[in-house]
Amino acid sequence: MYDFAYQKPASLADAVKALGADSEAKALAGGMTYIPVLKQRLAKPSTIVDLSGLGLTGITVTGGTVTIGAMTTHVAVANSAAVKAAIPALAALAGGIGDEAVRHRGTIGGSIANNDPAADYPAAALALGATIKTDRRSIKADDFFTGLFSTALEQGEIVTAVEFPVAAKAAYEKFRNPASRYAIVGVFVAQTSAGARVAVTGAGQGGVFRHTAMEAALAGNFSAAAIKGVTTSPADLNGDIHASSEYRAHLVGVIAGRAVAKAG
Amino acid sequence: MGFEGIGASVRRKEDSRFLNGRGNYTDDINRPGQLHAYVKRSDRAHATIGGIDISAAAKAPGVVAVFTGADLAKEEIGGLPCGWQIHNKDGSPMAEPPHPVLAVGKVRHVGDPIAVVIAETKQQAKDAAELLSIGYTDLPAAASLAAALAPGAPTVHDEVAGNICYDWQIGDKAVVDGVFAGAHKVVRLDLMNNRLIPNAMEPRAAIGDYDVNSGEYTLYTTSQNPHVIRLLMGAFVLHIPENKLRVVAPDVGGGFGSKIYHYAEEAIVTWASAKVRRPVKWTAERTESFISDAHGRDHVSVAEMAVDAQGKFLGLRVSTQANMGAYLSTFAPCVPTYLYATLLAGCYTTPVIYCEVKAVFTNTVPVDAYRGAGRPEAAFLLERLVDAVALDTGIDRVELRRRNFIPVDAFPYQTPVALAYDSGDYQTTLRVALKNADWDGFEARRTAAKARGKLRGIGISTYLEACGIAPSAVAGSLGARAGLYEVANIRVHPTGSVTVFTGSHSHGQGHETTFAQLVVDQLGVPLDQIDVVHGDTAKIPFGMGTYGSRSLAVGGSAMVKAMDKIIAKGKKIAAHLMEASVEDIEFANNTFTVAGTDKSKTLTDISLAAYVPHNYPIEELEPGLDETAFYDPKNFTFPGGCHIGEVEIDPETGVVQVVNFTAVDDVGRVINPMIVEGQVQGGIAQGIGQALLEAAVYDENGQLMSGSMMDYTMPRADNLPNIHVATENTMCTHNPLGSKGCGEVGAIGSPPAVINAICDALKEYGVRHMNMPATSGKIWSIINAGPSKMAAE
Repeated sequence: MYDFAYQKPASLADAVKALGADSEAKALAGGMTYIPVLKQRLAKPSTIVDLSGLGLTGITVTGGTVTIGAMTTHVAVANSAAVKAAIPALAALAGGIGDEAVRHRGTIGGSIANNDPAADYPAAALALGATIKTDRRSIKADDFFTGLFSTALEQGEIVTAVEFPVAAKAAYEKFRNPASRYAIVGVFVAQTSAGARVAVTGAGQGGVFRHTAMEAALAGNFSAAAIKGVTTSPADLNGDIHASSEYRAHLVGVIAGRAVAKAG
Repeated sequence: MGFEGIGASVRRKEDSRFLNGRGNYTDDINRPGQLHAYVKRSDRAHATIGGIDISAAAKAPGVVAVFTGADLAKEEIGGLPCGWQIHNKDGSPMAEPPHPVLAVGKVRHVGDPIAVVIAETKQQAKDAAELLSIGYTDLPAAASLAAALAPGAPTVHDEVAGNICYDWQIGDKAVVDGVFAGAHKVVRLDLMNNRLIPNAMEPRAAIGDYDVNSGEYTLYTTSQNPHVIRLLMGAFVLHIPENKLRVVAPDVGGGFGSKIYHYAEEAIVTWASAKVRRPVKWTAERTESFISDAHGRDHVSVAEMAVDAQGKFLGLRVSTQANMGAYLSTFAPCVPTYLYATLLAGCYTTPVIYCEVKAVFTNTVPVDAYRGAGRPEAAFLLERLVDAVALDTGIDRVELRRRNFIPVDAFPYQTPVALAYDSGDYQTTLRVALKNADWDGFEARRTAAKARGKLRGIGISTYLEACGIAPSAVAGSLGARAGLYEVANIRVHPTGSVTVFTGSHSHGQGHETTFAQLVVDQLGVPLDQIDVVHGDTAKIPFGMGTYGSRSLAVGGSAMVKAMDKIIAKGKKIAAHLMEASVEDIEFANNTFTVAGTDKSKTLTDISLAAYVPHNYPIEELEPGLDETAFYDPKNFTFPGGCHIGEVEIDPETGVVQVVNFTAVDDVGRVINPMIVEGQVQGGIAQGIGQALLEAAVYDENGQLMSGSMMDYTMPRADNLPNIHVATENTMCTHNPLGSKGCGEVGAIGSPPAVINAICDALKEYGVRHMNMPATSGKIWSIINAGPSKMAAE
């Protein structure tokens, strides 16, 4: 990696200031994506602002909302009795991210801020209708994920927590890339107070997206049978050496069906 | 201390240091004053280089030197040599274009080394390398066999028209064509053998260390054969005589063939260490390994079997194209010829065989031997073709194999493709494998799977391979530029402990244990008093190294021969000490005895006498108890056996899971059953990897699309079933141990067993053949096309 300056601010305000003062500065959460990027010399930040000293960890469940601090690790979410009780699908998703080492370092804030098109958390955030809290505002998940590796975050804006409304039913299923084990297709389905929501990760050219045709089909009948005939156009899906867009389109249907069945 | 000799599953002596992180790998070694090298590589598949501006890099912080191909050319540094010459059909030698250590004028594959930056730290070398300005002019690339053979294809080497390295054949085409013309039926299969990237756990590394005082060079390197590297690099590249060049291959973390070859970086660090008068270390990064370690396989073939009405094989005709990559790696030319076409008889009595092989240069990483080397290609082709014959003739695939096996009383058996098999019992390995796999119970399992919505299939592979390479004279007559004997030095120390110095090299095989067990068996010395030393040309008399499952059959045999000499000398000393005739001395269980008496001397008594020769036949016998043997094998060895794979396919996703795998191999005499089982399991893991997962994919511009672990799928534990390994052994008849070899049988026998199982699972879809890897996407395409459509893949 290239040389960079390193800061570990002790307050959110200092962190925001450090990032705001320098457009080449970069926030570091768990680093499970960014450190490999640095090691491959694919990025050359001036300063790394380490967010681990800001006290952004922790999980609270109150009044039908699960709030997860941005720096909470995947393993903490996966093992949280509170999350398991409130939204078991979210705990299960966290327990299936990457490998054991990644789950001990990687964070929810880092994951959604990076918005890797094959990451798992964006699907949960979108399907559950989460709210992303930052140092300066609240952003609806529907407005947050704006494309491949891009989000509504402003320069220097720091995710502080993610609020997930508890859903009546929810489940996540993914079909893994055999090499990277990232999702080739991941589908998070939820029966929420705002209706059935289906979010697909791994497959879309623009990153995570809501599958509105499936949502409509599930509206009156939240069952795998309801979406059996719902097709997905390969036109907007990725194709690579592991899976063509046609294969991904097919898998979206299969994996969504399995997720709905799993949600019960 | 229980039984530790031949046949004991002794725990591996070396594992304590490996499992505790105390191994001594090349990158663990640091020499005083050591500098670090970074190799700047081409990011283009094919381009001319107008010039290289090193000025900024040379001035960068910490940089000591920057060298390019021009610097090497000035000192008349040779290109990397090829160790095997193949001749064309017309008798002319193969095309052998130069393989410069650092590219000169042109780069020919992504990863081709262009320059080396040497600096105080690796980071500084890497930083400076970014300042190199390379005047590329891109050329169109020939990135595949098809692209390189197309009319008007770009030429990888200007002097090699049509990119043909050689056009070779074995067998009498006219005779074989005649058999085909009169045959009851001809069954044809078009197939590919996928390109693989070896990915040993330890990336390659090298340290050059020049001693200004003695003028001696030391190269520490991740090699399977340090003496071969000394010979190739010293004699052909750097012109350093053997007495001034020491090559050390310490602990090496896996090779699978990829660490046989002499690589550019070894020559670079060795040469550069003398230029800069400081040690120079280079360690590959994983991404670098993907584009600089030799790849494996990459064949396209047409195979045809002529059969009679009873399914007897009458003749085999094969035409193969083999991708050599951009340059000839050390042993590349022999892989698709003498390690491949000579295996096409397999374990069958096919009386006539013709095979032609076109080796082709492409703008890809050089391709050379990878675990199995030629034999997996032959076994995949043959075992797929046999299943196709079964399909086309309606004869049961097991019965078809039984009808065509070489019978157990036919050995020694001369095949029509040069090899003469010494022993084997294919009916037995088949019978036991069918039993172990519960072949007869399969249809019930298929039905049960169907009820669960799964497509289940079973596949069989009755493979044969040739290893224990090789008789030097035979290898030489086939084009090898080296002998293929092995060397052992057995040193019995004064107090009776033993050090074995072997030219074989262990990089995961457990030699330190297996070889010690040979000494336990023959000399009766306890295991904990035996050490095995390998991997250092300053310690080992000579050696040809470890590849082609040769270490036990050839290296072990050399140890036996050296121990025979120890015992013979010991008997003379014992006869002297016990005032008996040498003919009356017997040796067993560490003890020399005068036959028919209770007079005896232990080996320690004898070794002590040999090193403290006060009472000693000094007029007739030199002191000491230290013997060396060179063993040149009389023949190849021929392991074989039966592998049975059982798979389940999820028809919704196309995902294949290997649910059962059964291997019954004939590896000859087994020294350590636990190690053999581990070797076979590892080989099968790699074979399943090839069958289901692994593919080196280039785009049409010659960029490697599967250039990291994110995209190249190595097999992992969850891809593998419990692997049931057993052996049914017949002894090798021509080496003193009777051992054949076990290192590659897994990788050779398993891929066709898996693919045959997948084709069986998909038979209702009219699948006749499927190329590897059988990815879920490929299988979904077949299923999606619907039942009984004849899918190409």
